[in-house]
Amino acid sequence: MSFAEPGFDTGDDNPYDLLAEDHDGGHRWAFGTGFADPLEGVDTSVPDGLDPGALVRFCLALGDDALIYSHRLQQWVARLPELEEETAVANIALDLLGQARMLLARAGGIVGQTEDQLAFFREEKEFRNVRLAEHADADFAELVVRLLLFSTWRLALFESLAGSESRPGAADPVLAAIAAKGVNELAYHRDYAASWVVRLGDGTPLSHAKAQAALDTLWPPAGELFRPDPDALAAVDRDAFDAVLDTVLGTAGLDRPAAAPLAAVAGRAGRDGVHTEAMGYILAELQSIARAHPEATW
Amino acid sequence: MVAPMARRAPHDDATRRAPAYDVAAATPDPEIPTLTIEDLGILRSVDYSPGRGIVVTITPTYSGCPAMREIAADVQARLNRAGFERVTVATQLAPPWSTDWITREGHRKLAAAGIAPPAPAPRRAGPVPLTLGRRPDSPGCPRCGSPDTALTAQFSATACKSLHRCTACGEPFEAVKPL
Repeated sequence: MSFAEPGFDTGDDNPYDLLAEDHDGGHRWAFGTGFADPLEGVDTSVPDGLDPGALVRFCLALGDDALIYSHRLQQWVARLPELEEETAVANIALDLLGQARMLLARAGGIVGQTEDQLAFFREEKEFRNVRLAEHADADFAELVVRLLLFSTWRLALFESLAGSESRPGAADPVLAAIAAKGVNELAYHRDYAASWVVRLGDGTPLSHAKAQAALDTLWPPAGELFRPDPDALAAVDRDAFDAVLDTVLGTAGLDRPAAAPLAAVAGRAGRDGVHTEAMGYILAELQSIARAHPEATW
Repeated sequence: MVAPMARRAPHDDATRRAPAYDVAAATPDPEIPTLTIEDLGILRSVDYSPGRGIVVTITPTYSGCPAMREIAADVQARLNRAGFERVTVATQLAPPWSTDWITREGHRKLAAAGIAPPAPAPRRAGPVPLTLGRRPDSPGCPRCGSPDTALTAQFSATACKSLHRCTACGEPFEAVKPL
């Protein structure tokens, strides 16, 4: 069949005709479906000298941060104040979901599981995301402040993992390539969040009060990003992180809180599988369809 | 289309790499169909391997680009139709895609479709700078050519585009973000 008007020969250059024809045994039922391994064709052997277990745990940590954060952003879609913010937040969620897919595929390839098995069939205590990722934003100020804190940290980490001409990146070339791909995306997320934090902080008394309250609320969970992680292949320099934040907060007229990081539970935090009460609800929504239909394809 | 093409005898793949490249290169991008994947710079190579047949290597524009699967399926279908029976589509992540890889022809087609082509991608040594208060210049209007345009949103209908408005002719338009 063809979507073209009768008499209008589109040749085989019309992608919608190609989509309408079934080349995939019915796996692709709509645009963007029929998911395949996002690392298809990439050399995924683990370099000598690298502990595969540590690499898996680190990829899960970064993949779970992105997966859970993306889910929280998706929950905002259709609730945002303006259409422009809808497309922005949906695009940011999509970028993070893409990063999550590649990171979970990297981890899964080593332990013999697919990205879907890792995303949909792990228990809460097996998820390694920081608790900041699972926070439910109470308002738009929390959305943009949380995104500023998270994307500033993640961008610095990904730059370090990607390496540069003068400095080697992560010892795992697949992780380095995933990080290099994510750097431009995260730079956009950070700029978007920073510009809104300035507009709110330097706006009306009400927007200023809400931005400062959001910062005070989110400062303790953001502190968890800097807990030492023995599996990490790179770390973020706290001073560099603070320098970026001070620039934004100074422009916005907001005060950097002095509150201590969110306490660990018997020495265990998000990376150890200890989460807030919100996490169970997120996983229930994220996983229920896949668990009800374990043979389904997407 | 859609008159099914008579299936030809399989080519001798090793000697047919160049025609295979032409077939793969003409695959339209699903989200900006006036451009081919070659115009967009996401087709990395077309090779032949005895084990895998024709190997088409593509690279994603953005990590979450939902069009990658479509592109892989379209490339496969087009090559199959052209008589190449064994086709493998592989992903390559490094080096990451940049809008600098959009060809000159790609720029021309974007402008003709009312989408402002990207300026050269920013080059940097060291950490990515914060662009607070230093908004990049808005591109010229692809409809009337006026340089007086304003950014209305940093994101648009697809991850690779931003939204602008021309202050001369009043039309909103999309631009490919330099990256």
